[in-house]
Amino acid sequence: MTEPHRPGDEPTRPVPATPEGGGDDGTPGAEDETTWRDGIAQPPAAAPPAAPEDEDAPDDAADDAADDAAEDADAAEEEPTAEDEEATTRLTVGPPEPPPARGKTRPGKVSATGVVIAVLVGLLGFALVVQVRGTSTDATLASARQDDLVRILSDLDSNEDRLRKEISDLDKLKRDLTAGSESQEAAKQAAEKRADELGILAGTLPAKGTGLVVHFNPGSGTIRGAQLLDAVEELRNSGAEAMQISGSDGHKVRIIVSTYFVDDGNGVRVDGARLTGPYTITVIGDAGTMKTALNIPGGVVATVGGDGGNVIVEEPGTVTVDAMAATPALQYAQPVS
Amino acid sequence: MIPVIALIAGVVLGVILDPTVPVALQPYLPIAVVAALDAVFGGVRAKLDGKFDDKQFVVSFISNVLVAGLIVWLGDQLGVGGQLSTGVVVVLGVRIFGNVAAIRRHLFRA
Repeated sequence: MTEPHRPGDEPTRPVPATPEGGGDDGTPGAEDETTWRDGIAQPPAAAPPAAPEDEDAPDDAADDAADDAAEDADAAEEEPTAEDEEATTRLTVGPPEPPPARGKTRPGKVSATGVVIAVLVGLLGFALVVQVRGTSTDATLASARQDDLVRILSDLDSNEDRLRKEISDLDKLKRDLTAGSESQEAAKQAAEKRADELGILAGTLPAKGTGLVVHFNPGSGTIRGAQLLDAVEELRNSGAEAMQISGSDGHKVRIIVSTYFVDDGNGVRVDGARLTGPYTITVIGDAGTMKTALNIPGGVVATVGGDGGNVIVEEPGTVTVDAMAATPALQYAQPVS
Repeated sequence: MIPVIALIAGVVLGVILDPTVPVALQPYLPIAVVAALDAVFGGVRAKLDGKFDDKQFVVSFISNVLVAGLIVWLGDQLGVGGQLSTGVVVVLGVRIFGNVAAIRRHLFRA
């Protein structure tokens, strides 16, 4: 079939539609010739390799079966589809090689299909490298499927929620601690202030402030403990906050709630310490009120004066009460709370 | 010979350019590569069998790649993309094995 047509006259040859080729896919003309040629040439080329293959490896039965199936499919595909422009190219290049079914071009010449094959194979190499590199560089996310990405995303979301909650918890804790330390500081200062005040009232801390210095001179009589106690009561009633008493030898005794005065010969025993006149009471408080209280008719000044002594009230401005009472050691009482 | 040179050129080009795979292509490129590998091995085997047809090779190469990509795309649309791409890889792997076995028999007569 192929022999009568010389390649030279193929392009200009008028096109008789052959029933076999033209009916296949509607391609008219010169290609039909090639179809015919391939169709004839191929069966002998395809047949020989198939036979020895099966005899060669009977043990690889499954393998061969798969091969043959693929082969058959290929062969079936091959015969009807070998046409189109490739055929014309082949024809224009020159007469076919001795094995015409191989579709070879002359050495040194490259057919259009050869170029396409080269491009395809080059593309394969390119894609292979790109894929391998892409997989090796970021294997985790870029090549992950959508489901995996969604799962990873939701994992990250829940993780983020958890961490945000942790942040807000820790913020709250920090705020609480800061506020707590501030209020604790304030409470500590208040407690210290209160402790100071209580210390002054209890006589365990020295104090200074405006007040009076009251001298009791026995004169012709004596100063009795009752008179000193009256004076202390009067001063307390008029707002005295801290007091101390000293005798002629300069020994000072802090006057607190439990202080007692006992007559002892010509002196007075105050909280166990014996003092002799003249006595001096130093008192912190509102000076004007205390002075008035001492001088009221029938008061301390008048009583001592009636016994032959005299009372001198000094107002030096700031006075210091630095005698200390012993700190009471509580044996039974415990603070409530 | 020319395809081998083209393969090497493609590999070198890929190494030199080191492009990033577009996001839309990322699920399909590995499948396409495997499908193309199957076509190439089939071509080598046909060559050794003496029945290599360049046109058929081109058609089978392109159709392999397209069909494999289509199957994976379809799988993604149906929600079974992962399983279907595994299936495609298995089938193509079996074919590659078969082709390589045939090539081996040709080259080593064993």
